[in-house]
Amino acid sequence: MGSLFRSEEMQLCQLLLQTEATYACVSELGELGLVQFKDLNSSVNAFQRKFVNEVRRCEEMERKLRYIEKEILKEGLRIYDVTDNPKAPAPKEMNDLELEFEKMDSELRQVNTNNEALKQNYLELTELKEVLGGAQSYFAMYGNNIQHLVEEETSHEEAIIGMKSQQGNLGYYVGTLLREKVPVFERVLRFVTHGTVFVHVEEISRTFQDPITGDEMHKCMFVVFFQGEQLRNKVKKVNEGLRGTIYPVPDTPAERNEMLVGVSTRLDDLENVLAQSNDHRLRVLGNAQKEMRAWTIKVEKIKAIYHTMNMFKVHQSSLIAECWFPVKALDDIRRALTVGEKQSGSSIPSVIQRMDTHEAPPTYYSCNKFVKGFQNIVDSYGVATYGEVNPAPYTIITFPFLFAVMFGDAGHGLIMFLFGLYLCVKEKELAAKKINNEIFTTFFGGRYIILLMGLFSIYTGMIYNDVFSKSLNIFGTEWDLTGITIPELEAKEDIELHPTMTHRNKTAYFFGVDPIWQSATNKIQFMNSLKMKMAIILGVSQMLFGICLSVFNHLHFRHYFDILVEFVPELLFLGCLFGYLVALVFYKWLMFDAESCAPALLIHYINMFMFKYVGKPQPTKTDPHPCDPQYVFYSGQQTIQTLLFMLAILCVPVLLLGKPIYVVLKKRMSSRRQFAHLSHPTDPLLSNEVGPANGFNKKGLKEGLESQVNPAYQHDEADAGIGNGNRVDPPSTVMSLNSDEETEDDMAKHGASEAQSHGGGHDDLDTGEMFIHQAIHTIEFCLGCISHTASYLRLWALSLAHAQLSEVLWSMVLRLGLTMGGRYVGGPITFVIFFVWANLTVGILLLMEGLSAFLHTLRLHWVEFQSKFYKGEGYHFQPFSFDYIHEMQTLEEAT
Amino acid sequence: MACPILGPKCSAYYMIISVWGVVMLVLMGIFFYIRTPSLFEDISVDEEEWHKAKMTLDFVKSKYEDNAVNCWIAAGLYAILFVFSFIQQRMNARQTYETS
Repeated sequence: MGSLFRSEEMQLCQLLLQTEATYACVSELGELGLVQFKDLNSSVNAFQRKFVNEVRRCEEMERKLRYIEKEILKEGLRIYDVTDNPKAPAPKEMNDLELEFEKMDSELRQVNTNNEALKQNYLELTELKEVLGGAQSYFAMYGNNIQHLVEEETSHEEAIIGMKSQQGNLGYYVGTLLREKVPVFERVLRFVTHGTVFVHVEEISRTFQDPITGDEMHKCMFVVFFQGEQLRNKVKKVNEGLRGTIYPVPDTPAERNEMLVGVSTRLDDLENVLAQSNDHRLRVLGNAQKEMRAWTIKVEKIKAIYHTMNMFKVHQSSLIAECWFPVKALDDIRRALTVGEKQSGSSIPSVIQRMDTHEAPPTYYSCNKFVKGFQNIVDSYGVATYGEVNPAPYTIITFPFLFAVMFGDAGHGLIMFLFGLYLCVKEKELAAKKINNEIFTTFFGGRYIILLMGLFSIYTGMIYNDVFSKSLNIFGTEWDLTGITIPELEAKEDIELHPTMTHRNKTAYFFGVDPIWQSATNKIQFMNSLKMKMAIILGVSQMLFGICLSVFNHLHFRHYFDILVEFVPELLFLGCLFGYLVALVFYKWLMFDAESCAPALLIHYINMFMFKYVGKPQPTKTDPHPCDPQYVFYSGQQTIQTLLFMLAILCVPVLLLGKPIYVVLKKRMSSRRQFAHLSHPTDPLLSNEVGPANGFNKKGLKEGLESQVNPAYQHDEADAGIGNGNRVDPPSTVMSLNSDEETEDDMAKHGASEAQSHGGGHDDLDTGEMFIHQAIHTIEFCLGCISHTASYLRLWALSLAHAQLSEVLWSMVLRLGLTMGGRYVGGPITFVIFFVWANLTVGILLLMEGLSAFLHTLRLHWVEFQSKFYKGEGYHFQPFSFDYIHEMQTLEEAT
Repeated sequence: MACPILGPKCSAYYMIISVWGVVMLVLMGIFFYIRTPSLFEDISVDEEEWHKAKMTLDFVKSKYEDNAVNCWIAAGLYAILFVFSFIQQRMNARQTYETS
């Protein structure tokens, strides 16, 4: 669809909507989701806006819905997703909705209060039943005579003296208490009554339900015997304090039995009633359950619409909105508006009218799901300045590639690839599940990145010839081992293979590193040299590419002179220094073999900066062709190196002074021109026409746009733009308008408008600032070139670490299983050890190493690559859209 | 109906591991069988024993074969584990289907 190269072309427009049609139009635009409204009432308090009442009503409805939703979820019912997408209802329907919610809300509340009361009742009755049963058995056990009971129980405790005389006053309480409070209860009673009461506590085996919260409660039954009125009161108080319940239990067993029967029948009745009321509640909730999603979506949409309408300015019988949208979507927007007008039955059409502004437009790319992940990587660093080159398309390839350079193992890559493939293939099912696990969402969001990273890792793994740290000899090694004799083999443990003798030099291993290196003792030295050189080559090419991309930025923003004073010196600086190093690497690879005298590149490179060149080594008797790796290795090396170095040094002052001097000269010229301009008497009414912003008005309007200009408003806008000194690059506006005028002039205008806004006095300050700015930029770039090139060495370091770690894991873990036990016995051992090895491989090598490689790649892209051309000072295009409402799962997310 | 021993996640995990195990161990068994030099360090060749066997090639060959057999046994065990976890997975799936 859209181009990813840079942001979609955005346009600020004024929308004139008839008041009665506004609601429907905004609703349609919300469904479209391509328009970002500006808040025109930002100075107005939220409570003083026009549609506060409607928003409030929506919030009230939201509150009720949230209550109903909570009840539904509490009942363990699911809220069904709606398949079709309900549109925002007309404002008239809002009343119906409100009524419906009100009815449902009050019904539900009533049911709930009744339910609670019933449950409380039920709780008390069940407790009473338990207590009665408990008391019955307790008394039965110790005989019906309480007197006798007391005698028996207290015969162990002689504390109560003279009890016999007070026997007549003996009373008791039976009740229930929460289990947690029993120890406190006993202690307090003992303390308060000095141990003169007898407490018996028994746990009730069944649990009770709290009528309000529905939690499980454990309760204990207690029987307290006491003597006298005072103690009775004390016991009662303690019980009240601990929120226990005392139940009246009759003295005689017959009465107790009678009561038990009565309670049981009452309980049965109550259970009936409870079941019925629960049924009723479920019916009410069931009705709500079906409609819940649709209601939620409707209410949220109404709220969003009114919220948006609150941002509009009221102008007589119409509302004025300002909005950004992609120019491409103009037809869609107009269609949506027509539909809205038709729905509301408005006869006067809405008007879209192009506006010109100094404000930077938002950045917007229409990405598909594949590009989205990569765009997110770029955006998390900074959203592209409007019109800037977007690094995301290149990131799609370079990101997985640089990752794979550090993660080069075909086995690990294959696992990662399969994981990514699974996520991509099952994409729809997984997305429908809406898993809220953060780790999973991260992986799922980056599924295409994972897929590509895995694929590229397989490739680099084949290049390094590493599959779980083992090499594959697919094409046959190019080292000739036939010449080695048995005595030679027996004599030494290691055999030196000299490349001149044993390597078939004209051919090489067909793809990647020769597998023989796996068994070589100097494998690391060889791989180091290879990987280090590859890291430098990849790094320098990526940075050069980044610098080349900056040309498109200069061209787009029409800073043509910057190409000369920024792009060219930067390219020369990097190319002369590190591009030369890369060239040397390739030269050495191509021109030298085992027989020739290979140069030490690093020494040569260091000597280049120190202007140090060693003399030709003198042939001696023992060595007629002496080899000094420091001696120049191609003719004219000294001249070329000196020249390149000088060229690079020369680039620095150009970079440092070129741009500021150019701007100063330009400004001086334009101010001279402006003086001439100001000397003309201009008609104040026409002032708009010559302003930098409105200059485009006449030509900038595209065909098909209604050009009804609201002059007063336009004037405001232009004045505000200049008066506030909102200095935003006008060139970008020029481009966005596709206007064909004023290309060479806009720099001058830029200067002019600046001069107008800042006045003359600020000029010197600006110039100084600019010089400092440029100095910082220059220093940053020159030092950056060196440090960034060094930074790319992490490609080598991490890939080495990864290879070593996987080799260690193989030899320390898997080899253990393979070498242990003889034939047959080793099988189960291998089975177990492989299990451990597989888990460690996934945990350490894939997850941890993968994460670290990912982060290093991220850094290489953000810092080393993007710093060459990317400013990232823009802001996101956030269209008014109902999408988030459709994706919302519960109302809780709305707040 | 028999209750599944493993949960749904656990059985999926075992299934993945066992697929990996079967594929990789069968391949490794083949590599041992054809006596790949890169896997020489992974066979249990004891120097002294080898000396006793007069440094013959057959000794090494038999060791390679041992490992090949071991790998295939382990692969077979993983195949059994796969079947087991697959059945568990099925049971889990049926159970969730019944409850919902």
